[in-house]
Amino acid sequence: MNARSTSTGTPAARLPAGGGPAAGRRTDADPPAGGGPAGRLRRPRGTRTGSPYLRTVLYLLLAGVALLYLLPFAVQIATSLKTDPDAAAHPLSLLPDPFSVDTYRRLFGLGGAGEDAVPFSRWLANSVLVTVFITAGRVFFDSLAGYALARLDFRGRAFLYQGVLVVMSVPGVVLLIPKFLVLNELGIFDTYAGMIIPLLVDAAGVFIMRQFFVSIPKEVEEAAKIDGASVFRTFRSVVLPMARPALITLTILSFQGSWNEFTHFLVATQSPQYETLTTGLAHLVSGSLSAGTQYPLKLTAALLSTIPVAALFFFFQRHFVRSANSGAVKQ
Amino acid sequence: MERDGSGPPAAVRDRTAGAPGPLGDGAGARPGRGGRGRTAAAGRRGRGVRDHQGRWGWLFATPMVVILGLFLVLPIGMAAWVSLLKWDGQSNPFSGAADFVGVRNYADLLTGPGQDRQLFMTSIRNNLYYVLLVVPLQTVLSLGLALAVHHRRVKGKGFFRTVFYFPSVTSSIAISTVFLFLFQGSGAVNALLKWVGITGPRWFTDAHGLVWSVLGLLGVVDPDKPVPALAAHGFLGLSWWDWLSGPSIAMCTLIVLAVWTTSGTYMLMFLAALQDVPVELEEAALLDGANRWQSFRNVTLPAIRPVVFLVATLGLIGTWQVFDAVYVMSQGAPANTTLTPAYLSYTAGFQDADYGRAAAIGFVLLAIILVMTLIQRLLLRERGGGRTARRPGARGLFLRGRSS
Repeated sequence: MNARSTSTGTPAARLPAGGGPAAGRRTDADPPAGGGPAGRLRRPRGTRTGSPYLRTVLYLLLAGVALLYLLPFAVQIATSLKTDPDAAAHPLSLLPDPFSVDTYRRLFGLGGAGEDAVPFSRWLANSVLVTVFITAGRVFFDSLAGYALARLDFRGRAFLYQGVLVVMSVPGVVLLIPKFLVLNELGIFDTYAGMIIPLLVDAAGVFIMRQFFVSIPKEVEEAAKIDGASVFRTFRSVVLPMARPALITLTILSFQGSWNEFTHFLVATQSPQYETLTTGLAHLVSGSLSAGTQYPLKLTAALLSTIPVAALFFFFQRHFVRSANSGAVKQ
Repeated sequence: MERDGSGPPAAVRDRTAGAPGPLGDGAGARPGRGGRGRTAAAGRRGRGVRDHQGRWGWLFATPMVVILGLFLVLPIGMAAWVSLLKWDGQSNPFSGAADFVGVRNYADLLTGPGQDRQLFMTSIRNNLYYVLLVVPLQTVLSLGLALAVHHRRVKGKGFFRTVFYFPSVTSSIAISTVFLFLFQGSGAVNALLKWVGITGPRWFTDAHGLVWSVLGLLGVVDPDKPVPALAAHGFLGLSWWDWLSGPSIAMCTLIVLAVWTTSGTYMLMFLAALQDVPVELEEAALLDGANRWQSFRNVTLPAIRPVVFLVATLGLIGTWQVFDAVYVMSQGAPANTTLTPAYLSYTAGFQDADYGRAAAIGFVLLAIILVMTLIQRLLLRERGGGRTARRPGARGLFLRGRSS
């Protein structure tokens, strides 16, 4: 940022010679900034940012859009603290009246349970279980494969790499039925194995790791090899520590991906005992559990299932931004 | 692009040749020699290194090969076979117990006179309007947000970026739940509309097409009474009245949801691209008398064109696959106007137990996405943007991330 504003001096210096209509307009727009070198430095900035009027409009616009992005979450939080009649009567109100934490108590099975209890703890446990395994698997296997594709010289490597690129571009939804067919054939439909194993490696993660390993200098690992370390030793004690930023990104990406995963769990299971936060909530909301309206309850479940990823997002925003941008290389 | 650089050059290969086996014995003798006579030894040892690294390479890649092969490549092959069967999911599809029907599943979808085609074409119609609205809207909105956040006089960039991006990281199911609540007949959105004096529609039960509804408000047509000339004739099993109806009011809520949740991600891509536009260029344009719009149109936009195309392509691929929101919010209702091919494929398999048809729908969807992507690629190449489309590569991103 700073480097950029200092560079603005260059075009300004060109001005007196260039003259013409541009110079005339500029001085019109600028308030008399006074002569001297300080004034000359400030002038181009004035041109660039335009009038304060424009800036106010820009801020108002941004604030308005930001409100549109925040309001649904605000309404969600408020509604989670409302009673059913209150939520129905005042859907937009941000003040619960009466204030009630009944939905939270019900979700965690503390009283008010009855026969229509929502097995929220079960969903949560399942989500945690599959997320832990999938994240661990992806971080390990993706970086192994990424390293092999980037650094190890073996027959068929180019072919594998092309394969990863092709697999990465297969639209996920097209695989809904095919995945079910294979899980069924292998006899792991409706099991934890069927939920976890297919997601243990993801092509996009392999690709991200491969790109990273290509980008780091070779010299370090070569030194390790010369010192007599095996390929795996080199990988574990020299390469992986250098890959920390990429590994963090991959961990976050995998966590978010498996926590929010829906379609795979939907086609991989059918028993309620395997419901995760996503499939459980989807069934609850789409009516399979015949829960009436009960919006406060549904919104609370949605809110609670959002919190882990939200917390991760606020702590590691930088990595989220990076992984979003790494989507750009998918093409 | 980086592939050529990744294979170790001869000199390097020889140095790794000096590396001893996995157990690490003999480490003392070789390194010295390897360091001196690299080039001479290269040809002699290349083979052995390859074999040695080959074992490790395959060892490292095996988990990936097994899992991607078993759960991505094999399924596609199996589904291709199943799409040629009439199979209810009960028997073994390879035992011959299921009827082999050839391409009849595809024919039913594309040319048959029956209900299969009508449903499928309805889902195509719905998704087409969804794509036509979501892709331009999300591209323009995300570019607009990026430009506004990128504006150097805007304070609180980080705050705005966080706010706009946050919906993208949350679960689609959770967000769909929230939108379902907001867009109820007596929900928050209609309460807001009432403030400005508009009576909002009953979003999720209104099957009227947007086009006919708007024309109805203008008094041109009655949305409930199809124009006979349009209703009597049709194309691919749907009447022109149905084809031209636009997205239904219910579908509009899904469109809003998609634009709202995806624009943050694309905004980040645009922001990354904008940061690479040389400031000097924009300034030179402004100083040369260009106004803000001209400078954007002639300097900024050409510089970020590859990313514009990238966002449009990703949007296109993503929007043809809309499934989660349909599953949660509408299940295809009202009157099948939010039915999409992805959801139809799911219900054909898991509700109607007609896996052959379900797989066939999947493949037609795949073909649509491939053709669309291909067209986009061709357009991109013609406009000369293809060269730099890959520029924001992972390498640059990681380096940038580390330094920030």
